[in-house]
Amino acid sequence: MSQEIMAAPSTTLNKDRLLELYSRMLTIREFEEKAQDLYSRTLIPGLLHSSVGQEAVAVGVCAALRDDDYIASTHRGHGHCIAKGADIGRMFAELFGKAEGYCRGKGGSMHIANQAVGNLGANAIVGGNIPIVTGAALSAKMRATDQVAVSFFGDGALNQGILLESMNMAAIWSLPVIYACENNHYGEYTPMELVTAGDIKQRGTSLGIASEVVDGNDVLEVYRATMEAVDRGRRGGGPTFLIFNTYRYYGHGMSDRDRPYRSRDEEKEWRESRDPLDRFAARLIDAGHMTPSEKDRIHTDVTGLITRGVEFGTRSPFPDPDEVLKHVYAD
Amino acid sequence: MSTPTEGREITFAQAINEAMHEEMQRDPSVFVLGEDVAAAGGVYKLTRGLLDAFGPERVRDTPISEAGITGLALGAAMTGMRPIAEIMFGDFLGLVMDQIANQAAKVHYMSGGTFNVPLVIRTTMGAGRRAAAQHSQSLCAWVAHIPGLKVVLPSTPYDAKGLLKTAIRDNNPVIFFEDKMMYQKKGFVPDPSVEYAIPFGKADVKRTGTDITIIATSSMVQVALDAAEELAREGIDAEVIDPQTLTPLDEASLIDSVKKTSRCIVVDEGYQRFGATAEIAAVIGENAFYHLDAPVHRMGAMDVPIPFSPILEDQTIPNPTAVIKAAHTLVGR
Repeated sequence: MSQEIMAAPSTTLNKDRLLELYSRMLTIREFEEKAQDLYSRTLIPGLLHSSVGQEAVAVGVCAALRDDDYIASTHRGHGHCIAKGADIGRMFAELFGKAEGYCRGKGGSMHIANQAVGNLGANAIVGGNIPIVTGAALSAKMRATDQVAVSFFGDGALNQGILLESMNMAAIWSLPVIYACENNHYGEYTPMELVTAGDIKQRGTSLGIASEVVDGNDVLEVYRATMEAVDRGRRGGGPTFLIFNTYRYYGHGMSDRDRPYRSRDEEKEWRESRDPLDRFAARLIDAGHMTPSEKDRIHTDVTGLITRGVEFGTRSPFPDPDEVLKHVYAD
Repeated sequence: MSTPTEGREITFAQAINEAMHEEMQRDPSVFVLGEDVAAAGGVYKLTRGLLDAFGPERVRDTPISEAGITGLALGAAMTGMRPIAEIMFGDFLGLVMDQIANQAAKVHYMSGGTFNVPLVIRTTMGAGRRAAAQHSQSLCAWVAHIPGLKVVLPSTPYDAKGLLKTAIRDNNPVIFFEDKMMYQKKGFVPDPSVEYAIPFGKADVKRTGTDITIIATSSMVQVALDAAEELAREGIDAEVIDPQTLTPLDEASLIDSVKKTSRCIVVDEGYQRFGATAEIAAVIGENAFYHLDAPVHRMGAMDVPIPFSPILEDQTIPNPTAVIKAAHTLVGR
């Protein structure tokens, strides 16, 4: 196991950064678990989609990015926002519909945007962010920066026509965009293979886009693949299509409780044998990068972070009713 | 500055071209993208000369991917650029609607005011070109229905240039409708050395009158003016007022005009049912009811897919004769 860590290009990650990756993944998991708990107690209104099980994709991708690089996310987007540097308190405030939320309570779970760290916003239309992120990459290229832009989307978005339109333009114009497909194998309530033809990777390669299938539950593999894509983008080498194989532990959303479209055995297998946090923790401990007491400390710190975040969100006031008419138009 | 009545005459198409050219010169973040906009200069030659002046980065031919064009333009607008996306025919808004209605219109609001969308979508409207059902519609009501968008309907070369400049400088998504039958119509426009822009949300009185108000948009402004000329010969003094923008809508000026004349016809080339005429008539009804001497009369495109055959198509659009007839009914003489 330690050799595996050493062999990866991620050897450039020192111990502090490796522990940071673990801590971020744990933060996402604890955030999602707490959000589901609060939702169940009707403290969070609306819709909620958990990314538990997919933490390594968000963290591994965003670890390869700078603050001024762009991302945009999906309805299952809390992990991406946290991985790109969102404050937990303002995240919870937004989920509660509070004034100090990232969108002043106007966006909610599915629309968190954070301009300070290049998060163009989560998008509740499946595939909705794909052309927007491609346009941000066009903008970066026209402004002659070396920024890259990452579009996160699920396997469900593979069958939206806008993906082809966007990928084609990214390819002909050699745009610094990374299409990060989180293949959790279910588009809402339907198994991917029932509704998705052919070899997914060829949807990129057929357009001349560098494409790779990656173990999305291995945070260092995710990081390595993304670093290669980022390098390609920064040096003008064009887009990359990354397919991260991963798994959504819970249902599509909070109303999807009994999940009749998949087996409990399959869920158990992913949770017990391929969990991204357990695997990474074992590797870090094996390689001597993390001691059991350091692991305990990280867990304690993350629990505190989540608790303080919930407190911040709870304390935050609801928006002034007059807020409803603000920001329909910019000045 | 009001519409000049003498001086240089240019076409509606040239006016739009000039506005883009001048704004691209003024602001390096302005760029144009769309189908056939570069070497070809656009199907209606609206972007002619821009490629030579600004190069292929800023005058960008795209694939035939209307949703993608609009979505990319939106992403660029959120990150420091000011794109002008050309959607060749307004009918193709059907392909673009998610990008406009669910995305561009909502970014500023959903993000709590943190992201701006300085995006212009130029597209066409208007029947009469024998282009049939998928190249002739005037779909401004579709987008005027969505909060977060601004909707512009110029009716003269002077207005087109001034309103497009305002659109390009605006920090919101603006849908700019150009009547394709008007592109070769000429009008007075000041020399390029005279800088002007026309603010949104200000109706323009195209003809003053006292007996009846004709509120008309885009292609229908000339129809209303032609009708008003004939009515004047009969002793009926019509006021023609052009809202210029559906969003924002200068309700006060429209209401004031009707309070003065006590009668109102609303003419727009969009489908009549649930169209721009319905909204404007409701505004008049709600705010000038006790000043009205007759019901507000609406005139839009006939509620049918626009047919090809000239004898069929010509029936579908309001014309001066129909406006005159309606005015007679309302005025009672």
